[in-house]
Amino acid sequence: MYKKHAPYVFLAPYLVLFIAFIVVPVAMATGLSFTNFDAIQRPGFVGLLNYVNLFTQDLIFLQYVLPNTIIFSFIVGPGGFALAFFVAWSLSQLSKWPRTVLALLCFSPSLTTGVAIGVVWRIIFLGNPQGHVNAFLMNWGIITEPINFLANTDFIMPIVIVVALWGSMGVGFLAMLAGVLNVNPELYEAAAIDGVKTRLQEVFYVTIPSMKPQMLFGAVMSIVGAFSAGAIGVALTLSNPTPGYAAQLMVNHIEDYGFIRYEMGFASAVSVVLLGIIYGFSAASRRMFKED
Amino acid sequence: MSKTNPKGFAKNQIPLYLYLIPLAIFMAAPIVFIIFHAFKPMDELFLFPPRFLVYRPTLENFTALFRVSAASTVPVSRYVFNSALVTVSVVMLTVITASMAGFSLSKMKFRGKAALFTINNLALMFVPAAVTIPRYMTISNIGIDNTYLAHILPIVAAPVIVFLIKQFMDQVPDSLIEAATVDGAGAWRIYLGIMLPMTKPALATGAILSFQMVWNNIETSALFTTSESIRTLPFYMNTLAAAGGIAGQGMAAAAALIMFVPNLLLFIFMQGRVMNTMAHSGLK
Repeated sequence: MYKKHAPYVFLAPYLVLFIAFIVVPVAMATGLSFTNFDAIQRPGFVGLLNYVNLFTQDLIFLQYVLPNTIIFSFIVGPGGFALAFFVAWSLSQLSKWPRTVLALLCFSPSLTTGVAIGVVWRIIFLGNPQGHVNAFLMNWGIITEPINFLANTDFIMPIVIVVALWGSMGVGFLAMLAGVLNVNPELYEAAAIDGVKTRLQEVFYVTIPSMKPQMLFGAVMSIVGAFSAGAIGVALTLSNPTPGYAAQLMVNHIEDYGFIRYEMGFASAVSVVLLGIIYGFSAASRRMFKED
Repeated sequence: MSKTNPKGFAKNQIPLYLYLIPLAIFMAAPIVFIIFHAFKPMDELFLFPPRFLVYRPTLENFTALFRVSAASTVPVSRYVFNSALVTVSVVMLTVITASMAGFSLSKMKFRGKAALFTINNLALMFVPAAVTIPRYMTISNIGIDNTYLAHILPIVAAPVIVFLIKQFMDQVPDSLIEAATVDGAGAWRIYLGIMLPMTKPALATGAILSFQMVWNNIETSALFTTSESIRTLPFYMNTLAAAGGIAGQGMAAAAALIMFVPNLLLFIFMQGRVMNTMAHSGLK
């Protein structure tokens, strides 16, 4: 019904940009990960050396970056996803106006910029008595000396996680809220007749199965958000690497090796491993929420 | 039994409010804090113990922000202009390219369509920060580093927007398109006359998502440009916030507020359309 080339004409502008800025960089990262490229000399082929070094020689990666990334991404990825679903499910049981206002308040952090994160959370956790948390704790006599939260390796990671969760209610949250609201009410009635009694049973036997596609979309958005959130640690502590590598994530490790040490071949290997991990998380979500 | 979207208030909603309201306060408090902080005079910024509220609001921080920039080589108006130019271009180009691609993927038949849609779905999980280096190399190889195009083109390639628009377009009845074809309409007339008017909520959502991606973006300035005169507002605000120390706190809060307000207003204005689009966001 259309001219033969029409589909390609309509697709072309997007496809060109998609290839140039997504496909090519991923392919390049994969290619460079097998080289010793240092941004100055011609890259030489080194086989799997970068990967072998990453998993056997790179103590910072093994001791800090990898465990940090695993902890952070589990809490902020699946954890943030579960939280977003729970909030969406709760909101769906309110009437329109309070729901819209509360949803907007929960969503608003994801509208802020890195500037806002840096400014507001740095002041809240400032290491002197003028920091709000310190002032509060000292006022109540819980501590006598201010804690330098953003330089203390025990505190940096938990703070980064709180800030990441704070900003995690994004597009996926909105999709799940729309999803819960669109579940056919008759399904709940039918389930009640079939013996579903508690709220929890309802959620697992009715709500989630009827909105699996939205759940999957929400899961993918949460995972991407969790793995993109590397800038938070740097914005809060104002240094890369973060103090004592306490909040060093793979994204920061890539930047550290790529743009600070110019070991681009090695940094590319880290990129490929990171993309692999993200893919693993997404594949797991796909299995969970696949429609049979 | 769960009752979704009730008409009004009922007693059984009280437990929900008991945790949703504190949560919403936790989420919104840092933003309210920025608003208060931006209007605090110098002595209140340095107060001990620190105060959440502002007592004598002033515009000092905003005027200071513009004074600092007047003293530097690049005036703040330049960053504003750059940001406006880049943002408008990205939003327009994204809506045009994504709706064209969405139309093709949703309503046309061609070889490789299923594969392309799968690849686009796979790319939903693309994390730009993971491949910053090859992205930079691509941009410098094409020769657009240090130009406006370096801010614009990488952001226009947004798989999630193509996905959302395509899903929404699936709802447009095929019979409408067939009827138009019978009347002799070609692909362009169907795209302009049927698809675009019928998918306005999705286009609005695409526009607002792309606005958020570009308006807040610091990376393109930091990584793809070297000349200060071509960098954008969020980057400038970020350097101020990072360099200003405690004295710059008020200025940084003012900067954060200036960046946040357009984003919030746009979202409030569009939220109905966004929710409408999200109802079709299912990923299979």
